[in-house]
Amino acid sequence: MKALNLIPVGDPADETFTLNLGPQHPATHGVLRVKLVMDGEYITSAQPVIGYIHRMHEKMGENRTWTQYLPNTSRVDYLSAMTYTHAFVGVVERALKIEVPQRAEYIRVITSELNRIASHLVGWGAWVMDLGGFTPILYAFDDREKILDLLEGICGSRLTFCYYRFGGLCNDVDEAFVSGTKAFVPYMRERMKMYKRLVTDNIILRKRLEGIGPVSAEMCRRYGACGPVLRGSGVAYDVRKAEPYSVYKDFDFDIPHYPQGDSMARYLVRMDEIEQSLRIIEQAIAKLPDGPTMGKAPRIVKLPVGDFCYATECARGRLLVRVTSDGKENPYRVRLRTPCFTNLSLFEEASKGMLLADAIAFMGSLDLVIPDIDR
Amino acid sequence: MKTFWEVLLGLKSLFTGLSITIREFFKPTITTHYPRQTETIPARFRGHIQLTQNPDGGASLCIACKSCERACPSACIIVEGVKKTDGPGKTVSEFRLDFGTCSLCGLCIEACPVKPVKAIEFTQRYNLASTTNDYADMDLVQRYKDLQAKKS
Amino acid sequence: MSAIFDYLTQEPVWFYVRLVLFLVGTLAFVGANAAYLVWVERKGAGRFQRRPGPDEAGPWGLLQPPADGIKLMAKQVMTPPGADALLFRLAPALVLMPPMMCLAVIPFGDKLLACDLNIGLLLVFAFGSINVMALMLGGWASRNKYAIISAARVVSQNVAYEIPMLLVVITLLMITGTMNLNEIIHQQAGGFWQWNIVRGIWDFQAGHIGGNILVPVTFLIFYTCMLAETNRAPFDMAEAESELVAGAFTEYAGMGFGVFFMAEYANIVVGCALATLLFLGGWQSPIGTVPAEWGWWGTLLGTGFFFAKMYFLIFCVVWIRWTFPRTQFYNLLNLSWKILIPVSLVTLLLTAGLLKLPNLF
Repeated sequence: MKALNLIPVGDPADETFTLNLGPQHPATHGVLRVKLVMDGEYITSAQPVIGYIHRMHEKMGENRTWTQYLPNTSRVDYLSAMTYTHAFVGVVERALKIEVPQRAEYIRVITSELNRIASHLVGWGAWVMDLGGFTPILYAFDDREKILDLLEGICGSRLTFCYYRFGGLCNDVDEAFVSGTKAFVPYMRERMKMYKRLVTDNIILRKRLEGIGPVSAEMCRRYGACGPVLRGSGVAYDVRKAEPYSVYKDFDFDIPHYPQGDSMARYLVRMDEIEQSLRIIEQAIAKLPDGPTMGKAPRIVKLPVGDFCYATECARGRLLVRVTSDGKENPYRVRLRTPCFTNLSLFEEASKGMLLADAIAFMGSLDLVIPDIDR
Repeated sequence: MKTFWEVLLGLKSLFTGLSITIREFFKPTITTHYPRQTETIPARFRGHIQLTQNPDGGASLCIACKSCERACPSACIIVEGVKKTDGPGKTVSEFRLDFGTCSLCGLCIEACPVKPVKAIEFTQRYNLASTTNDYADMDLVQRYKDLQAKKS
Repeated sequence: MSAIFDYLTQEPVWFYVRLVLFLVGTLAFVGANAAYLVWVERKGAGRFQRRPGPDEAGPWGLLQPPADGIKLMAKQVMTPPGADALLFRLAPALVLMPPMMCLAVIPFGDKLLACDLNIGLLLVFAFGSINVMALMLGGWASRNKYAIISAARVVSQNVAYEIPMLLVVITLLMITGTMNLNEIIHQQAGGFWQWNIVRGIWDFQAGHIGGNILVPVTFLIFYTCMLAETNRAPFDMAEAESELVAGAFTEYAGMGFGVFFMAEYANIVVGCALATLLFLGGWQSPIGTVPAEWGWWGTLLGTGFFFAKMYFLIFCVVWIRWTFPRTQFYNLLNLSWKILIPVSLVTLLLTAGLLKLPNLF
């Protein structure tokens, strides 16, 4: 049976050629391969090939107990690990109707927002580095070090935190964390002002990003894009406001969104999101209640039979964790609907007719983390 | 006329950027020049696990209940126990950790039922680079005995 | 001993001695600059990014360039199959040759000049154009489709930026009236207010408008064109294309690549030396003139001033590289054709008008 060659290849007859972008490539932020068919400089077709870092996280969910799965959640998207753990912990708490103490909820919000800022700093720095500015990424990493030091002080890890447990946190925060976070907020605000003057207002960067990769809201809906990609196309959808979870209802923050839909809009959305996260952290750390950090949770965790789901707003978009339980110690099925997978699917249609360097700038604006796509 | 103004504003943004980087030029470096300088490791740092030292000296606190072995997601702990010669219960005879597969999640420490001080704890060892695979096969009972001898 | 010295300083032997000294001196200067400008760039990049830069190879990383050189020389140099062998080997040499030749007419001090040509400036630009051809040769001889596309890009970029550079130099020539580089420097004697960058606005010695009131803009345009000619960031799209695919020099391994690298830094040295000469007074002191009684010490002081100004401009090249992202290729060409050329034409007409003005009244 002849194999159907559904992926277009270059044809010397119409002067196109095939080019492989990746999987080893500095600009794809992970092991992503994109088969490009190019007409000179212009892309006529772009087919992402994924699976180079498929680690079977969903299958591992079937072979581990509910508690044993917690380290896995941190490793799916390692840059915003807290929010992924939050989603999984949330789904079990929702199914077992576990009460989480207020202090634990507030600390979860603070750590998730700190993680969001750290993730945006990496995404921004790496994107500007792809565009040729090698200095801002190191300034961003300096700020990120401060966040990681804060989080290392409370849970012991810098990247794969595994800090939340069913019913609360694995341990309480100390005074150093509270004072460190209080000092971090004004420091970060100053740095954001510096980044605006150094990078955002820079005419070279603006010329690189304005008008590149226009993505309409209708196109986002067709592909299921979410997160800053969707908010950069004018749709003010944020899981923290649309399907509020944890204690986000107690805080006052805006959802930045810009109508233009080009790469510059997505850039500005991420910069503004850092400011909004700082607002949330400020309010949460001021109102941090006292009390226990662990609620009552069963020693052996077994969910009742059925389907349960929980959605959180991660740095890259909406993560939905859906578990199916058959009453046993291991889940029957763990389904992770990750944001980068749908964000990447935009790439094929949006990159038609683009110059290659512009396509790289566009891919940076999607802020992809490939392990998130492949799981 | 509008483009003329845009060009001038663009030029101004370039000079602003230059002024920021030259200011950063004169600030001290942030890098910690390892190994000549090291960072302080926080108290809660997650290094590999070890058997906690018994405050009264003597054998370790581990009762070989294998809770940690069951809790580990990566199946990297092997615990064996022998019955205690002086009193009820077991004491640990073998505690092997395969650090190559350990993900430093801490579920083993949380599962440990020993009170008031848990029988296993995190170390603060971060510089375990080696040229062979032997470093990953950790004999924690031997380590416990070595540390106890060093303390006394 | 003195007999040998007398023999060597007589014409015609003196001519050949000077020739040998010049050749050795230029090669040494270009070589040392190419090697240690890499060190300056990496250390500078480190400091802008608040990290140490190369630190381990020798004190302050000073042995890093020799270490890199040894590494490059130890690599296997392959000619790709089907490539034009002669042109492939020739291209690096052709790229390194023009900056060395340009240094023949650049005065390093009062009498430290290899060749006092009346058309010195013209020679520099003539040799600069060979650079463009050599790059295209390197890309074409690699027989690699992407190398050819990158090389073609480099050529179009260089051609686009030569035009505003020549226009602003013509503007300067109208004020100085001579192409002899030594003469141009002598005209800027007296202090920093006599340097062309200030003299264009107001000539203190003559007491009237120097001729080009937009001379700081002229200097900026010259500097930008120099950055684009040497393919430095933010105009290095053609060679940083190597991030995406392959640059123009992908098929060159080991020392072949090393020679292209050296040539890039040699070009930067020549470009900054030219900018110093034309606008910042060359080896003239910023306050008054060096008295003639100081003799050789005075000349050395002049050389010191020249190097200080030149290396400051080179530092600015490094500074600009590590601050800005890369321009997209069409923005790069738009900048040249739509912004720099009109502005340089305006300055040209303005200068011509202002120079003729006293004659009308």
